[in-house]
Amino acid sequence: MTNISVPALARVEGEGGLEIVVRDGQVTEAKLDIYEPPRFFEALLRGRRYTEPPDITARICGICPVAYQMSACQAIEDACGVTPPEPIQRLRRLLYCGEWIESHALHIYLLHAPDFLGYESGIHLARDHPDIVHRGLRIKKAGNLLMEAVGGRSVHPVNVRVGGFYRAPDPAQLAALIAPLEQAREDAEATLSWVASFDFPDFDRDYEFVSLQHPAEYPITQGRIVSTGGLDITPAEYDGHFTESQVPHSTALHSTLDGRIYLTGPMARYSINSGRLPGHIQETARSAGLGVTCTNPFRSIIVRAVELLFACDEALRLIGSYQPPAPPAIDVGPLGATGYGCSEAPRGMLYHRYTITEDGTIADAKIVPPTSQNQKVIEADLKDFAATRLALSHERLTWECEQAVRNYDPCISCATHFLDLRLTPDPRR
Amino acid sequence: MILVIGIGNPARGDDAAGLAVARCIREAAPGHVTVTELAGDQLALLDAWTGAREVYLIDAVCSGGTPGTVYRFDAAEPLTARFWHRGTHTFSLADVIELGRALSRLPGRLSGYGIEGGTFEPGAPLSAEVEAAVQAVTAALLRELRESSSRAG
Repeated sequence: MTNISVPALARVEGEGGLEIVVRDGQVTEAKLDIYEPPRFFEALLRGRRYTEPPDITARICGICPVAYQMSACQAIEDACGVTPPEPIQRLRRLLYCGEWIESHALHIYLLHAPDFLGYESGIHLARDHPDIVHRGLRIKKAGNLLMEAVGGRSVHPVNVRVGGFYRAPDPAQLAALIAPLEQAREDAEATLSWVASFDFPDFDRDYEFVSLQHPAEYPITQGRIVSTGGLDITPAEYDGHFTESQVPHSTALHSTLDGRIYLTGPMARYSINSGRLPGHIQETARSAGLGVTCTNPFRSIIVRAVELLFACDEALRLIGSYQPPAPPAIDVGPLGATGYGCSEAPRGMLYHRYTITEDGTIADAKIVPPTSQNQKVIEADLKDFAATRLALSHERLTWECEQAVRNYDPCISCATHFLDLRLTPDPRR
Repeated sequence: MILVIGIGNPARGDDAAGLAVARCIREAAPGHVTVTELAGDQLALLDAWTGAREVYLIDAVCSGGTPGTVYRFDAAEPLTARFWHRGTHTFSLADVIELGRALSRLPGRLSGYGIEGGTFEPGAPLSAEVEAAVQAVTAALLRELRESSSRAG
């Protein structure tokens, strides 16, 4: 046993790299390398029982396990030809609100806001503004409590199963969450005012947005897949329009929609569905300076704050009308078929597809997370963003590119700085 | 309260080392020691250790060292900037400790062990080197817990 200073104690999520190619003073290419665990999990799922994906895929991400569980349940239930009744669907939506609250609070306060305020990290922000960071953690805690009450614990919920839940929370358990959620809603309003006051670079983009759309509500757990380019399909039609392809510089697959790049995530959800937010949240969004759409990725922090407020509000609404589903789950027998599921993870649309044999064995699995869907658009944005900033020092450019990448809240994690910026000048010069 | 927290992902090979130690400690620890496991978002540590007087953390390490190497750390020492792992949506253990320090939310005494992992493949079991390290850390930590108990007693 050695006794040395603290080494790198880290979760293993790989690292991201960014290469920007400059020719004749012009950025000709931006290549982002993002590690993508779901591809390895697809292989792990083959041969397992059809009831296992909610538990196995929850391990893909420590921040959005519910998204994986919900898309997995939906896909398997689709394959097995069942649809859980409305009370179970509402409880799923409530659990998902907890994840949105946790994830958005973490990203806004500890990962994204420090960029706008000139801090190296959330830790540095906390040293100067502990009250602000305490507020962010208080909101996140409300999300944790919701996850614990509905999901059984705050990370990797254990109460979710194909067909519903193992146990329906007692109404008194959920009633105990009203006070912390009301506090979180108040804190979320303050969050929105806070982030709306930041300075944002002018960087509006002409995106094709893709998100779920539901006829009656802001999409979280289900809906049709809709784009601002005219797409309007069911999750079962996903593979007919979306294509994943391997690129040499990244372990993540790149997605295209009928050959076009697109953006999924809060900006897409908001821009397609802002009219489905409750009226008072729409008004609050207007007062924070948002229109009915948002096309500047730097302003995505405002959109997240609106969704944070909405998730608190929605959780309170669902708790207010809660009656334990009885039974908490429906029986789901195996059927030899393929099923499709799509839900809105905090950082965008998450697609699952499972082919199940008649004896309930998983023959094939496909998982497309939002980060890989957004990779092409992130690269396109970085290319244009960096082009206007080549006069900056390497250090400053790295900082600004990191900030630009954080607009999309992707899954990248590595030491010190997550980007290793490599500027490649024209080899002919 | 004395608290032992094993950290890791049970589905990612040697990343489960901290969880394995926690499970061994739970079997053999003195009665007044609470043992918990944490998988996923490590910011949850700030709440997990609230109210604890003395906390021991065990986590896997991925620093390019020899698999099975054991590292002892004491959070009384500020961690240097090179150990701050800044990602786009996760916080490392070193980050959480520093955040806790900035917010005055660290327990009175916080220390622990890191175990260098060799394989982090989804679905893989613990490697033999890490399995041996888990036993070594369990023995060392049990000694510490007993010494701590006798000091307190």
